[in-house]
Amino acid sequence: MLVEEKNAVTEEIENLVKTYGSERSALMPILQEIQKKHRHISDYAQQEVARLLDIHPVEVFSFISFYSFLNTEPKGKNIIRICRTIVCDTKNKSAVVAAIERELGIKVGETTKDKKFTLEYANCIGMCDQGPAMAVNDRVYTKVTPEKAIAILSEVRG
Amino acid sequence: MEKIKKRREGKVIFSEYTRGAGINKLKEFSREDVLFELKESGLKGRGGAGFPTATKWMLTAAAKSDKKFVICNADEGEPGTFKDRVLLTEYPELVFDGMVIAGYTIGAKLGIVYLRGEYEYLMKPLQDYLQVMKEDNLLGNNIAGVTGFDFDINIVMGSGAYVCGEETALIESLEGHRGEARNRPPFPVNTGYMGHPTTVNNVETLAAVSHIVIKGGNWFKKVGTDKSTGSKLLSISGDCNKPGVYEVPWGTTIQEVLKLVDAKDTKAVQVGGASGICLNKTQFDRTISYEDVATGGSIMIFNENRDMLHILKNFMEFFVEESCGQCTPCRIGNVKMLEGIEMIERNDYTFSYINKLKGLAETMKVASKCGLGQSSPNPFLSIIENFREEIFNGSHGGRNGK
Amino acid sequence: MENKNEKRAPVSQKAHTVEKPKNPEYIGGTVSIEINEKKISVPMGTTILEACREHGIHIPTLCHHDDLCVAGVCRICVVEVEGMRTLQASCAYPITSPIKIKTSSPMVRKARRNIIDLLISEHYGECYACVRNNNCELQSLAKEYGVDTFNFGHVQSPRFEVDLSSPSVVRDMNKCVLCKRCVRTCIDLQEVGVLEAIGRGDHTHISTFLEKPLADVICINCGQCINRCPTGALRANDPSDEIWNAIDDPNKHVVIQTAPSPRAAIGEEFGLPPGTSVTGELNTALRRIGFDKVFDTNFTADLTIIEEGTELLIRLYNALVKNDPTAIVPQFTSCSPGWVKYLEHFYPDFIDHLSSAKSPQQMFGALIKTFYAQEVKVNPEDIVTVAVMPCSAKKFECNRPEMQDSGFKDVDYGLTTRELAKMIKEAGINLPEMPKSEFDDPFGNASGAGLIFGATGGVMEAALRTVLELVTGNKVEDIFENMNIVPVRGFEGIRYAEIPVENVGPVPDLLKAYFKDWNWLKGVTLKVAVAHGTANAKKVLEDIKAGGKLSQCHFIEFMGCPGGCLGGGGQPIPTNEEIRKKRAEAIYAEDQGLPIRKSHENPHILYIYENFLTEGPCSHKSHKLLHTQYVKRGKYIA
Ligand SMILES: Cc1cc2nc3c(=O)[nH]c(=O)nc-3n(C[C@H](O)[C@H](O)[C@H](O)COP(=O)(O)O)c2cc1C
Ligand code: SF4
Ligand code: SF4
Ligand code: SF4
Ligand code: FES
Ligand code: FES
Repeated sequence: MLVEEKNAVTEEIENLVKTYGSERSALMPILQEIQKKHRHISDYAQQEVARLLDIHPVEVFSFISFYSFLNTEPKGKNIIRICRTIVCDTKNKSAVVAAIERELGIKVGETTKDKKFTLEYANCIGMCDQGPAMAVNDRVYTKVTPEKAIAILSEVRG
Repeated sequence: MEKIKKRREGKVIFSEYTRGAGINKLKEFSREDVLFELKESGLKGRGGAGFPTATKWMLTAAAKSDKKFVICNADEGEPGTFKDRVLLTEYPELVFDGMVIAGYTIGAKLGIVYLRGEYEYLMKPLQDYLQVMKEDNLLGNNIAGVTGFDFDINIVMGSGAYVCGEETALIESLEGHRGEARNRPPFPVNTGYMGHPTTVNNVETLAAVSHIVIKGGNWFKKVGTDKSTGSKLLSISGDCNKPGVYEVPWGTTIQEVLKLVDAKDTKAVQVGGASGICLNKTQFDRTISYEDVATGGSIMIFNENRDMLHILKNFMEFFVEESCGQCTPCRIGNVKMLEGIEMIERNDYTFSYINKLKGLAETMKVASKCGLGQSSPNPFLSIIENFREEIFNGSHGGRNGK
Repeated sequence: MENKNEKRAPVSQKAHTVEKPKNPEYIGGTVSIEINEKKISVPMGTTILEACREHGIHIPTLCHHDDLCVAGVCRICVVEVEGMRTLQASCAYPITSPIKIKTSSPMVRKARRNIIDLLISEHYGECYACVRNNNCELQSLAKEYGVDTFNFGHVQSPRFEVDLSSPSVVRDMNKCVLCKRCVRTCIDLQEVGVLEAIGRGDHTHISTFLEKPLADVICINCGQCINRCPTGALRANDPSDEIWNAIDDPNKHVVIQTAPSPRAAIGEEFGLPPGTSVTGELNTALRRIGFDKVFDTNFTADLTIIEEGTELLIRLYNALVKNDPTAIVPQFTSCSPGWVKYLEHFYPDFIDHLSSAKSPQQMFGALIKTFYAQEVKVNPEDIVTVAVMPCSAKKFECNRPEMQDSGFKDVDYGLTTRELAKMIKEAGINLPEMPKSEFDDPFGNASGAGLIFGATGGVMEAALRTVLELVTGNKVEDIFENMNIVPVRGFEGIRYAEIPVENVGPVPDLLKAYFKDWNWLKGVTLKVAVAHGTANAKKVLEDIKAGGKLSQCHFIEFMGCPGGCLGGGGQPIPTNEEIRKKRAEAIYAEDQGLPIRKSHENPHILYIYENFLTEGPCSHKSHKLLHTQYVKRGKYIA
């Protein structure tokens, strides 16, 4: 990482600490903000968070590894999460997944080469009465059909 | 203040309520009055564990500390549950008024909503709503004109971990740790968030409180059964024509529920989410109640076309992934159950091994550290038992024990 | 340990126990309970496990460790409490009401057996191919519960690569039972923070920041995690095969030095009770194994005192008299390599406080391949030096690139107490039966001052015995009864003492090169402190940073491990508070019985300054061989 980049990350985290405080309880919101902005939490960012909250870097790493929505490896700009829990499963989520996999040329758990999309499974996202459910970033789509899913993707791609 | 007309129907939660009414009532209501009505109502926690709310609040109120906290558990991670989302989207006044009432009663100045990360899109509307409450003096300092009645609410988001719905794991998560359940005792009512007495309540519990403060405990307990007073919001999904959130009185039978949502050819009903139990046709006359089949609200309906083993496998995959992984019975036990299911799938099992797994399931229920591991064997035991004909003497696949 | 409830410890790993009443006699201070139908009364807040232990009822444990806070994760210790739906973890359950407990009901026994079966099913490795064979808590549990088959299957292939990167600690996570004792050790007890649980659910495993190999992270090699691991998942990096090869090679002259702490502990590996000193027996055993010479590390401990003491006096002179801003006080001891690396990582700005004197182990290595090689006329190239240490960090220390001042690797191998015990057993020797024998010349037997280096406070006491006497000209035994400088002894995490220098004597010959007189020290109150365990070291450093009381100190002793070397990461397992006390007693008792108990009175030390280090302590030659420098490492790696 370049020095300027590092400085920018540090400054950003310092600002987050100003907003959320330097207590350990600020860890979650701080990491969520970093995740949202950079789509991952870099090694360097983890260390800076640890330094500013006065905890061990391994604790930050351990924390991130616990929560599904936080990650240390860069992901695509848009994260597609498809519910795989039983109700959506019985409503034919596999067809939706297959269609997206074909369309994007990736498998679940992978990111497209252009870093535009990451495809993941999620556990029940609370839309079971309108399954299959799918979330793209923080937007939720319901009663998704393979056709509808692809339409959503092109809309997101813009 | 305006009356809000809502389209949903129900005798208790979805009954009429004026925004801020519960809070304004506190001008004439003492803490003791609130606790009295709560006790009278017989309200029990709606998050799954069913602990009497009056007792929980009394304990927190009685605990000595300079700081106390109210936490609203909006982690709603149980598969098949979405009633809390509906409450937060359509009836935020019930939930937040309930939190303010809780703060008043136990002596807390801060309430925290732990919102599941999957509901990020609710963050903005909820925050806007809190802003309106502040403007109307329903939040902030000297609430409702009562000097010294200060209370504020923060919303904190989770990041995709089912176990964080467990109250002590939730507190750990709020404190900036992995969502690993704590040893209990001591309980949060004594040693909760940041070591201070804390009451953790489900969204629906808090919503019920707002009604009770206005309409009284007696009114509340007229609905439901002796031991399960009031009503329950059910999140109903699966094979039926009218899935959604319904308010029913406790004591309603499964059969009645199926009728309500127009379910046909029903083979199985999973009550209580992945960690609940699965009933077969002969059990549809059982009632939804603390004394019979308790539930946090999830009802999943499966018709004759569904493969029960596949359903069971889906549940166990969920637990293998969502276990926090700290305690032995849950971390490894769930894996063994899943492996057992795969053995049945491959037709490569012995009944004696299945029996060993049943014994293991019993151990998990009693020896796991938190409710996750204590309840994850439920679907295994109930599906294996209630659908053994299908699974072992297979209508499809012809599975056969050796 | 006193830091059980530190703010930084993960809350889930903290002792969520109820504070015990100071005086259990007061009303409500005790609770009457029933254990297996026996009525007993216990102080409020006692855990079920403590209550049972006190009354002779055995409850198996795995994640529990006396030194560490409660975890309650393995669930092996569950018991039945009447009226509760689920079983309760006895290690984590504070008794506050009159409960009825069953410790061995059918439900309890089944649960424990199932839990053991689960652990074993995921445990890759065979007992007979494991360092912890016969001293493994998982193995004992399996035995206790009569496990004779794999009820839930058994892993067929390893899930993790063994991490051999560190010269000190080997991690084989295939044997890990996820008790998190190492995590609690590294984060709470040592405040280093190398290990944590990574992942969730069945992916959970113990690892490092970014899953890097141990050698690439901030591990200080203290080995405290090894000592608390119930299984063979953590072990020291064992060089004994190479040592055997050297012994078996007729062209190699293999010498061994033994530190004080192993002698007070190695007996435990042979069934002797903790606190049995076996110095003489060990000497014989080492010769029978085939070591050519057996030396006493205490000799260079004495030398350290002279070098480090001289350095201290020079620093003080420059600071107090010359007001030289580069003379940095307090001076920190430097003989604990775990502590040194801790400072290099976490407080790199403080490294100028460290005494430049090498640790006794490294001084010895440098002397053996120079002075000794000359004396016995052996080519230093053919000399192999082995150091028996209570410490796993010593393995790292001897591999530091700076440690080649003899022109060769000064110390070839660091061997822990445990590994030496294994070698002795392998040679078919029953240590306790050995006749006693003395150490070899030219270093001979050392002073009691060198010996007490093994206990926390020992270096300070040894230094004070010498410095006070050299400065005041009075006998230490006239100042402190029996020469025991009690204020710096004990196990309290941080100890502080003030010792006034009321009068001064003549400057001894050894130091005439530096000082004309001691008048500048007259009336000065020496302020010293002692800290053990790096968590306590951190507190001291923070206090100094904040300009607190300890920043006024002249000299501070730091030891990386709780209890000092006698509680080192290479010592026999188990090690706990009680055992550490016993070992300390053994060391202090042996010191009491020695004819020479002050470093500067050791005739071999005087000999070496007369014949080899002729320019005296802290001179050019001694600097070349006996002093070193440190590296600012910092704690960031990415
Ligand atoms: C694994 C697990 C997940 C849970 N998830 C939730 C949840 O999402 N929402 C909730 O209100 N309670 C949940 N609970 C129950 C809580 O631990 C707690 O009992 C509840 O929030 C208390 O509130 P109540 O008394 O109002 O029900 C969960 C429990 C367990 C063991
Ligand atoms: S039961 Fe499962 S989720 Fe709960 S503490 Fe144990 S491992 Fe974690
Ligand atoms: S050797 Fe010490 S520093 Fe290294 S991991 Fe173990 S306890 Fe931590
Ligand atoms: S490495 Fe050892 S101490 Fe650490 S968790 Fe595993 S078994 Fe426990
Ligand atoms: S099962 Fe898919 S959203 Fe609930
Ligand atoms: S020893 Fe009590 S849970 Fe592990």
